[in-house]
Amino acid sequence: MPGSRSNRALRFWQAVLFLAFLAFWHVATSPTLLPAFYFDNPHKAAFFFGEPLKVLARTWDWFSSGTIYPHLWVTLLETMLAFVIGTALGLAVGLWLALSPTSSALLDPYIKALNSMPRVILAPIFGVWFGLDIASKVALGVTLVFFIVFFNVYQGVREVSYTVLANARILGASERQLLRHVYVPSAMSWVFASLHNSVGLAFVGAVVGEYLGSSRGVGYLILQAEGTFDINSVFAGILVLTAFALLLDWAVSFAERRLLVWQPRGGETEKM
Amino acid sequence: MAVAALALEDITVTFVSQDGARYTALRNTTLRIAPGEFVSVVGPTGCGKSTLLNVAVGLLQPSAGRIRVFDEPLAGLNRKAGYLFQTEALMPWRTALQNVTAGLEFRKTDPSQAARQAGNWLQRVGLGGFGERYPHQLSGGMRKRVALAQTLILDPQIILMDEPFSALDIQTRQLMENELLELWSANRKSVVFITHDLEEAISLSDRVVVLSAGPEAHPIGEFDIDLPRPRDVAEIRLAPRFIELHTLIWRAMKNEVLKSYARQQKQ
Repeated sequence: MPGSRSNRALRFWQAVLFLAFLAFWHVATSPTLLPAFYFDNPHKAAFFFGEPLKVLARTWDWFSSGTIYPHLWVTLLETMLAFVIGTALGLAVGLWLALSPTSSALLDPYIKALNSMPRVILAPIFGVWFGLDIASKVALGVTLVFFIVFFNVYQGVREVSYTVLANARILGASERQLLRHVYVPSAMSWVFASLHNSVGLAFVGAVVGEYLGSSRGVGYLILQAEGTFDINSVFAGILVLTAFALLLDWAVSFAERRLLVWQPRGGETEKM
Repeated sequence: MAVAALALEDITVTFVSQDGARYTALRNTTLRIAPGEFVSVVGPTGCGKSTLLNVAVGLLQPSAGRIRVFDEPLAGLNRKAGYLFQTEALMPWRTALQNVTAGLEFRKTDPSQAARQAGNWLQRVGLGGFGERYPHQLSGGMRKRVALAQTLILDPQIILMDEPFSALDIQTRQLMENELLELWSANRKSVVFITHDLEEAISLSDRVVVLSAGPEAHPIGEFDIDLPRPRDVAEIRLAPRFIELHTLIWRAMKNEVLKSYARQQKQ
């Protein structure tokens, strides 16, 4: 198939680009390969930018010795909890406000204010309220996830087709059945459209929370490494975070494909 | 006269927009449908035909007038009526089969029995193998069939149809019209069929009601269609009596269509 062939070529060039980047990083920071052209000391480039081979070695070390697993587990647990709680709250409040115009009109300015507030700044307060354990990180993630889901659900309910709604009513749906069979499915498609965003932000909430004060987690590892000017470990931490962010994103895409089969996709042909 | 399945008596509908502008879509409209009768309502575009159906099904409260369903005053939604919409009304997140079972599910029918009935209905509308498809995987004509099965499975005494086939191409449309007639004649219910297509109206109906151009639309003529049944909608269009009726009704409609056209030009 020509499609998969050009796809394979694309993957190949993407890998080449990545290796070229690593090679450039390695050559530019190695104390021995090139004379120092910017810094007065050949070791300074490695001090500021780390060395890719050492970063990879450190990452390998973490995984082979197993020291990373408890930290990674904590960060992923915080992400998952923030994502689940934030989505559930956003769904509930979004449905409630969308179906109750009075409450929606009453709360409108406060929701706008809360949404435009830079919520990362709440992290220290959550630290005080919920302690330095996972609860404060989950709380931060929830505030980030909640608004994305909330606005999408609100919009989703507002955009339910009048005809579909009227048709369900005429077919005999009660108000509760309308909620379950029309409003929620319609809102869910908007929630799924925002899943990538909300999972990403749950992750951000967890890592930023850890970075600002914690005793476990990948953010904590990075903070520790930074405290001892161990740039290679900082980059190793960033590498691990990026890899897991990609993994989460992929998991979301997978869930999306499974759960939104009813939505038309571009260029879909008949399946015989 | 026997009890009408649906009686709209002296209906007036006036819309008031937010800036206080008033628009009277229907004025003093009376329409009675006998049990088992197939009535078409024709009229120029924008004459309030859809408003009439929305009143009949209870989605819209009339400003004045009474609605009686089998001699009972209508309160809330018309539970004896099924409604076939002009636009897409299927739930896109349900498969064809699940869309057909929806009404039974809302009535808390046993799920396996509902699925069996829905399977039967899909077969009757010619979609036996398509139960697992989602609406976006079906063509426009197939979606209309699903919608028809979705409405008819509840066995409504009154079927209200708002230009249900207007979005279909002419061949699919004639197929659907023939199927509709077949389903209807097997189990005669009262039908109110809204259309702007006079040929469609004559070939399907027992009676054609002509509405005047809006605003303040009202019936200006009623014609009994004495063509023999069963009919084939494509063939009956060639019958001499069909052409006579068409000429007769068109004469009544023509002025209204021109009025409606002139008004649209002014806007």
